[in-house]
Amino acid sequence: MTALRNVWALVRKEWHHYFASPIAYVLLVAWSVLGGIFFSAYFWAYLERSRATAAQSEFGMKMSLNEMLFAPVFNNMAVVALFMTPMLTMRLFAEEKRQGTIELLATAPLTDLQIVLGKFLAAVGFYAGMVVICFANLLVVWAYADTPPEWRPVLTGLLAVLLLGSALIALGLFVSTLTRNQIIAAVMAFSLSLVMLVLGWFDNPMAGPFMKFVTYFGLTNHLEDLLKGVIDLKDVVFYLSVITFGLVLAHQSVESQRWRA
Amino acid sequence: MIDVQNLTKRYGRTTAVNGVSFRVEKGEILGFLGPNGAGKTTTMRILTGYLPATEGTATVAGFDVFKQPIEVKKRVGYTPETPPLYPDMQVGEFLEFCARIKGVPKDRRAARVEEAAEKCRVADVRKKMIGRLSKGYRQRVGLAQAILNNPEVLILDEPTAGLDPKQIIETRELIKGLGGDHTVVLSTHILPEVAVTCGRVVIINQGRVVAEDTPDNLTRRLRGSAALQVDVRGDARMAEEALRAVTGVAQIAPHAAEADACAFEVTPEPGRDVRAEIARALVERGLGLLGLRQVGMSLEEIFLRLTTADAAAGESAPPPPPDAPPEAEVTA
Ligand SMILES: Nc1ncnc2c1ncn2[C@@H]1O[C@H](COP(=O)(O)OP(=O)(O)OP(=O)(O)O)[C@@H](O)[C@H]1O
Ligand SMILES: [Mg+2]
Repeated sequence: MTALRNVWALVRKEWHHYFASPIAYVLLVAWSVLGGIFFSAYFWAYLERSRATAAQSEFGMKMSLNEMLFAPVFNNMAVVALFMTPMLTMRLFAEEKRQGTIELLATAPLTDLQIVLGKFLAAVGFYAGMVVICFANLLVVWAYADTPPEWRPVLTGLLAVLLLGSALIALGLFVSTLTRNQIIAAVMAFSLSLVMLVLGWFDNPMAGPFMKFVTYFGLTNHLEDLLKGVIDLKDVVFYLSVITFGLVLAHQSVESQRWRA
Repeated sequence: MIDVQNLTKRYGRTTAVNGVSFRVEKGEILGFLGPNGAGKTTTMRILTGYLPATEGTATVAGFDVFKQPIEVKKRVGYTPETPPLYPDMQVGEFLEFCARIKGVPKDRRAARVEEAAEKCRVADVRKKMIGRLSKGYRQRVGLAQAILNNPEVLILDEPTAGLDPKQIIETRELIKGLGGDHTVVLSTHILPEVAVTCGRVVIINQGRVVAEDTPDNLTRRLRGSAALQVDVRGDARMAEEALRAVTGVAQIAPHAAEADACAFEVTPEPGRDVRAEIARALVERGLGLLGLRQVGMSLEEIFLRLTTADAAAGESAPPPPPDAPPEAEVTA
């Protein structure tokens, strides 16, 4: 009970910081604009294709909105998340250390775990809000499509974007504990995420066991099935593992810095 | 209430705190005094559970700081040297947040925030952004934050640094008012502060406790056989000869000499009162005695004597009176 209350107090505090600075607004605007651009681009492409196929065949074969619109939009937003989450995580610990307010948190009756979780959940909560905005863009489809898209792949797609973002946030949170400089925290978080993204590029059917192992860590490689509407436990477990790993590292780092300080 | 045993903290090779032991009883106000880099902040950080010690134990409010840190943190209010504040919050919002993380129940939060803000005189800036406050106001918000949950123990690291003279007096009054109910440890370089607010003083230097006593006792003990300031009208050489002739005078130091007046600092032998003899000796030689008074050592001088590396100063300090409690030993 107390633990929950403490975490919630920290979440609210972090949200306060987000909205007291331009970061929240810049992120929301950039995210919405990019989401809108991807949506309209794929939407036009979809219309073109379905018109072309309608002209060719008598029956006007239906094209899947899920495959042609939702999946690529989600896929792109996942990449955008890679750029944006460092801005959510950079200040979390770095700024507390620079301002000396970490001393306030560390001498309040809070555990290090509560502090780490509070900060993580604050960033994830904000990010979840961004995902909802992206989804709100897409709602328009239900209003106009004569055969509405399937729900299942849409929901799993949202889950995929959320899981990926949370994994990025957990890594960024850890990196933020390592420095007192926000910019350095952001650059390191971004580089780390980028490396993990690139690892996935070596994925090909002929890959040997070593390459298979390396590509397993490709951050976006575990999105595909989810975007198709298939919940493969392996993928979910992958993201949850990255999240846990990031949080454990962050916790260790916060704790050990006190011992070394 | 606070029991510190043999506390040692090393940062790599520097030893910031070296075998410090002291106790603070419930309701007491303890002054923690020492020059820059003495290890005051480090000791306080250990007591609040912010830093682990390298060696030694510390018990605060009945709980071991290292074994049950959360229990200790619930009972300790702490103002670090630089007040830990979020510049993007209003004063009221900040205190509200602090009340939350200190576990003040919801129904009492508003009242506690109000009370702390009133006590530390920040109620009038509650709607102001912390980033726009002056240093003194920040200091006060830092203090308000510490007393929010009415903690049993208050640890204040230089609570009056950066305040104007009026504020210093008000803050001292506030701290004095907190004693009795609360146990307070405060650090400072400002000596009058200690004399005014603290019941007891621990002086530390280079990580070690060099003295521990009440401000009055410290002054009295170290003053020893108090020196006398003697102002004389007449020839300086004649006056000095006259003083030398007085039995019981150990030392004479000429102070200032003008055309027809001079001054000396006369140190009598320990335990002797030579004032009457001096007066007689001077008058007998036809010199005018303008003034004769004891110059007690101020706390400042004691502090300097105890903390400067000048060993001679330490040696000349008389042994503590036999009835002094053992912990009041001067270990310089
Ligand atoms: N994080 C740290 N790393 C290394 N050395 C440190 C650290 N913090 C303090 N020290 C050293 O420990 C010693 C004691 O410092 P401390 O801050 O406790 O002194 P202080 O008595 O509070 O001084 P002041 O009156 O200036 O506040 C100093 O020599 C300081 O340089
Ligand atoms: Mg200090």
